[in-house]
Amino acid sequence: MHLHKYEKIWLIFGGASLAIFLLVIGFAAFWKGTHPQSHIETIDPQNVEEHEAFKPENLGLREVADGKYTVNLIASAFNYDFGTDADGKAVKRIRVPKGSTVLFQVTTKDVVHGFQVAGTNVNMMVEPGHVSRLETVMKNAGEFTVVCNEYCGVGHHQMFAVVEVYE
Amino acid sequence: MMLKNYNFSKKESRLYMSFMYVTFAALLIGGLMGLLQTFARSGQFQLPFGINYYTILTVHGVILGLVMTTFFIIGFQFALMGKTVGISDKQRKWAWLAFWTMLAGTIMAAITILVGQANVLYTFYAPLRAHPAFYFGLALVIVGSWIAVFVNFRQLYVWKKANPNQKSPLLAFMVTINMAMWFIASLGVATSVLVQFIPWSLGYAATINVLLSRTLFWYFGHPLVYFWLLPAYMAWYAILPKIIGGKLFSDSLARMAFILLLLFSIPVGFHHQLTEPGIDPTWKFIQVVLTFMVIIPSLMTAFSIFGTFEVRGRKLGHKGLFGWFRNLPWNDVRFLAPFIGMVAFIPGGAGGIVNASHQMNALVHNTIWVTGHFHLTVATTVILTYFGMAYWLVPHLTGRRLTPKLNKLGIVQTIIWTVGMTIMSTAMHIQGLLGGPRRSDFSNYMGGEQVNTWITYQVAQAVGGTILFIGIILMIYIFIQLAFFAPKGVQEFPVAEEEIDAEPTPKILENWYLWIGITIALILFAYTIPVIDIIKHSPPGSIPFDWPIGR
Ligand code: HEM
Ligand SMILES: [Cu+2]
Ligand SMILES: [Cu+2]
Repeated sequence: MHLHKYEKIWLIFGGASLAIFLLVIGFAAFWKGTHPQSHIETIDPQNVEEHEAFKPENLGLREVADGKYTVNLIASAFNYDFGTDADGKAVKRIRVPKGSTVLFQVTTKDVVHGFQVAGTNVNMMVEPGHVSRLETVMKNAGEFTVVCNEYCGVGHHQMFAVVEVYE
Repeated sequence: MMLKNYNFSKKESRLYMSFMYVTFAALLIGGLMGLLQTFARSGQFQLPFGINYYTILTVHGVILGLVMTTFFIIGFQFALMGKTVGISDKQRKWAWLAFWTMLAGTIMAAITILVGQANVLYTFYAPLRAHPAFYFGLALVIVGSWIAVFVNFRQLYVWKKANPNQKSPLLAFMVTINMAMWFIASLGVATSVLVQFIPWSLGYAATINVLLSRTLFWYFGHPLVYFWLLPAYMAWYAILPKIIGGKLFSDSLARMAFILLLLFSIPVGFHHQLTEPGIDPTWKFIQVVLTFMVIIPSLMTAFSIFGTFEVRGRKLGHKGLFGWFRNLPWNDVRFLAPFIGMVAFIPGGAGGIVNASHQMNALVHNTIWVTGHFHLTVATTVILTYFGMAYWLVPHLTGRRLTPKLNKLGIVQTIIWTVGMTIMSTAMHIQGLLGGPRRSDFSNYMGGEQVNTWITYQVAQAVGGTILFIGIILMIYIFIQLAFFAPKGVQEFPVAEEEIDAEPTPKILENWYLWIGITIALILFAYTIPVIDIIKHSPPGSIPFDWPIGR
């Protein structure tokens, strides 16, 4: 097949950029280990409390080591369950110091939900029967809104919480 | 070599026009829903009569994303086939069956949505359960489109029999590629609807495998966007050159690009599932690489289209690096609308590369950035090209003319669309980067600074949406004029020809066994192991949920 000289140049330029893009992405993924969340672990959606992380007493924020935190929560239409505070009120706000490492572990007892800490790279699909996990370092201080970003029913826009990162 | 052109009989024209009527009726209804969405999301208006936001969002997605596009594509492609390889009486009867089946399915699904029994959006993710009539309706639309697929295959086959050893007309070849891709891809969603959703929604199956249904959906959902795009490419490669008075750039290059699009459009569905649990990241990465391969035929297309423009501009006597640009027929809407569509594809394609990137996706996944992205690609690039084609196709079919006045109105329409979409989609992109979610009714969450900035952009979207809706009204007006009231006359069906001294097209490009074989091999490579994984590691299935969607 005949290719024009300029077309060859154009395709070589395009192909080379493509190769560079892929190398960058591949490097980040396999050498730096920044894969998107992909956990293979399964769970019974009708009995999520069976799982250690999702027992009522284990929900919410816990400091597991110095500067290291775990946040366990259960999504359901149309609520994020972070457990309750000392007064028995539902927790809607998580506070961690700047620079801390936070592992989010989320599952759902009903339909598909999203879990995004808006303005950060914490963004996961939460699907019945699966556990979604992502560990991240909270580098910036501020108030970040947690939103459900996958349509889960007519109250979808009422699912939210706040992650506050303080100095 | 000159190909014979087939002229349309009255009966044939009526067939193609019927697809156009549905297309433009869908545009009006869907556009109105889009307008209401932007209003509701701005927080300044409340939907009247207690209408649910998600009902209109479902109507919008289904009717514009699935119905309008499919009807236009199938009608347009029938016209291209009729023009280049002809249609027999028997084939025409089957084509009508395709039309009525698709229309019956559409009406069934539409009624189910409108009575509030299917607030599941056009992706109908399990375990939200719509009324079974919704799934039956979708199944009928797909089956109807399959009838069209086989009529097109048959048309080419009959032509080949009658013209042994001749290469097929370029447009017929392109239509066949698109339909082959559509058929292979829709097998995925059809399997999911027939085997998973219908038995489960009727209560014959207690549970459903959610991840499997999503994987089957996206196996189809990505090629779906190429199914929208390829007719636009057909127009760019093989129709626009004629409109600007030039010739086809390269027949073999065009075929090669279409083959590459066939190969790399299907085995890439995981790039819609990058943030999902239950799929191994390595397989996600492999599909990211395959996704990026589609960039090559897009670059080829960009080159040959601009090559055609340049050759034409220089023939008209313009010199210098870009002087020829001025000589293009800017005041011909049949050229201007698709051209702006091409320009929109530059930011649209760049945004697509971001979406498909293994990790960058995490920032934008399911934010309204994504909605901004496809309002550039589908609702601008593709739709403006379709409009550009309708400006000559409709009068050609009805025996009327695109008058200078209607042409001028068309230009105004194109500009309104461009302005409206620029405002709306830019606002969506920015809001998405700031984390604003897609597919959400108005909500101020807990207030806060972050949410306040989102709301500002939502107001901008309502402004863009309003301008767009004016564009839709104008387009409908022009369509009605072209269909019923424009003066009688002859409107050309522009099909570009090759240069007289064009190089012969290699025979291998028409080896269907080879290309479909490679396509299937790539699909098996990309999907076999992960799907076995998904089935082997599947969690207990999901029972249906009706109440979250208000049933
Ligand atoms: C008047 C012109 C239009 C306006 C004002 C408009 C507005 C919108 C808005 C605001 C959304 C996002 C809703 C949300 O995420 O909550 C949306 C979604 C969507 N639009 Fe449009 N749009 C228009 C034209 C089109 C066209 C021409 C197409 C297709 C050819 C289209 C296809 C879609 C699809 C597929 C969705 C996604 C629905 C979903 O996420 O479930 N739109 N549109
Ligand atoms: Cu949710
Ligand atoms: Cu939701």
